Amino acid sequence: MSDTTTTAAPLVVEVKDLTAGYLPGVNILNSCSLTAAKGELIGIIGPNGAGKSTLLKAIFGQVKIRGGHIMLNGDEITGLAANKLVAKGVGFVPQNNNVFPSLSIEENLQMGLYQNPKIYAERLEFVTGIFAELGKRLKQRAGSLSGGERQMVAMSRALMMDPAVLLLDEPSAGLSPVRQDEAFIRVSEINQAGVTTIMVEQNARRCLQICDRGYVLDQGRDAYEGPGRDLLNDPKVISLYLGTLGEDAA
Amino acid sequence: MSSNAIPRTGAPVKSTGLHKGEIAPGVAKVDPIIVAHGVTRTFGGLKAVDVDHVEIPRNAITALIGPNGAGKTTFFNLLTGFDKPNTGTWSFNGRSLSGVPAYKVARLGLVRTFQLTKALGLLTVLENMKLGASGQKGENFFLSLIPGLWRGQEEAFEARALDLLARFKLDAKSEDYAASLSGGQRKLLEMARALMSEPTLVMLDEPMAGVNPALTQSLLEHILDLKTQGMTVLFVEHDMQMVMHIADWVIVMAEGRVVAEGPPSTVMKDPAVIDAYLGAHIDVDLGVVTGRVKGETDPGITAEEITAEGIAEEEALEENKGKKEANK
Repeated sequence: MSDTTTTAAPLVVEVKDLTAGYLPGVNILNSCSLTAAKGELIGIIGPNGAGKSTLLKAIFGQVKIRGGHIMLNGDEITGLAANKLVAKGVGFVPQNNNVFPSLSIEENLQMGLYQNPKIYAERLEFVTGIFAELGKRLKQRAGSLSGGERQMVAMSRALMMDPAVLLLDEPSAGLSPVRQDEAFIRVSEINQAGVTTIMVEQNARRCLQICDRGYVLDQGRDAYEGPGRDLLNDPKVISLYLGTLGEDAA
Repeated sequence: MSSNAIPRTGAPVKSTGLHKGEIAPGVAKVDPIIVAHGVTRTFGGLKAVDVDHVEIPRNAITALIGPNGAGKTTFFNLLTGFDKPNTGTWSFNGRSLSGVPAYKVARLGLVRTFQLTKALGLLTVLENMKLGASGQKGENFFLSLIPGLWRGQEEAFEARALDLLARFKLDAKSEDYAASLSGGQRKLLEMARALMSEPTLVMLDEPMAGVNPALTQSLLEHILDLKTQGMTVLFVEHDMQMVMHIADWVIVMAEGRVVAEGPPSTVMKDPAVIDAYLGAHIDVDLGVVTGRVKGETDPGITAEEITAEGIAEEEALEENKGKKEANK
């Protein structure tokens, strides 16, 4: 899980020269590449409209792919439907509308593994091991939860299928400072429990502090890649993406 | 790409001397643009907003902060006529706004943005912008028949729109449908559109959520510019660095009430605010806390403690809901 082991572990996700977009003739991703080795926590940062969310959606089969390949544990998964991808071990947590508000927490979690309900008890144990407070409130309606709590439910639901890789789209968005830090710690804990994780974040500093490797996306391409700590201190990345506000305040 | 580079700027000049007398929640301002008194709003058993008295200083940048569920957005909705309070009065520029519908509030010069963006997807970015301008001659049926009467104004609007789009780094997208913008770009479009009407007071609901940090920094310069141009800005934000950087005054809400206010440097050190909202670990390196990185210094807080704070915030929210329902 540390920076030095990244080359030795087998690749779980390999995105090669991916080109994708929504409107005809407009590519959001332009030959974008990314890898995630087993057990790695990958952070993706970059300017608005760089294609960060689109990259996650493309891996999860929500965007039409126009070129390139996506491999999961060595198998090609390019263009597969979302339900097939879930069965193969891709877990995705979208940024908004990521819980079923009229269902209870328990039902939300059950929805996460409707393809394999037999493992419910075992997975519930894993999930409540990380999110202990959810275990105490299983009957509560998800719609009555605050933004922070919903994010935890959405992450838990994605974890129910025991995914090979977990894709998170801005897990800290819209949370108060305390709950943002909590969210990053949860993501780190999930990863430390062995789940390969790819996270898109706007809170670039926090993201790079905890991730093993980071990618900076710009105009649909992977512009920079490196260990999180290196990117955090790279003057070019600071001036282009991180900004220097923190230093002003200090 | 290099066009995104931003110069390192020093700390901006803060407006001071905004209040009269000793600083306390509800303190009177020297020149208030908004005065709200006894404003409450109840949803079922939950009192979402319960503001005794608050004044927003004119020609200054005021930040409204507080935990999730503190009532910040609801208070925004009440001030701008998007929601009606159960009790209370509030005025803008000395004119009472009780019962004034949202579109009239906007015409009076009080314009807002939304936390979840509301762009018109099937209009182009430029068309979205032009819609934001007020006092359009072409809206009159008879005037609209004679293009000569409104063409000049239309061109002026377009020039203004393109200028704003350039500032918000959306100029390359001006002919694209708004639906094709990313989440962060929609946020920027909404802010730019709000400025089209040349408002007196701009209210921004989490303007920088989802906007990348480097662009945030250059946008902050524009927000500071608004103040130089004589506008007043009130914004809700969770990004404390942004609040510290540009706010002249900070109002802290919790459980619907104003619990603290003052200049940012004072408020951020207020133990009650740190306890209720900020947490004591804003400068802590999470890589060290989670044990992923061996730091030279002990961060002084553990991952368990931060998690516990988050859970406590949630439970306080829950308990508050429960209490209010029981009191009903």
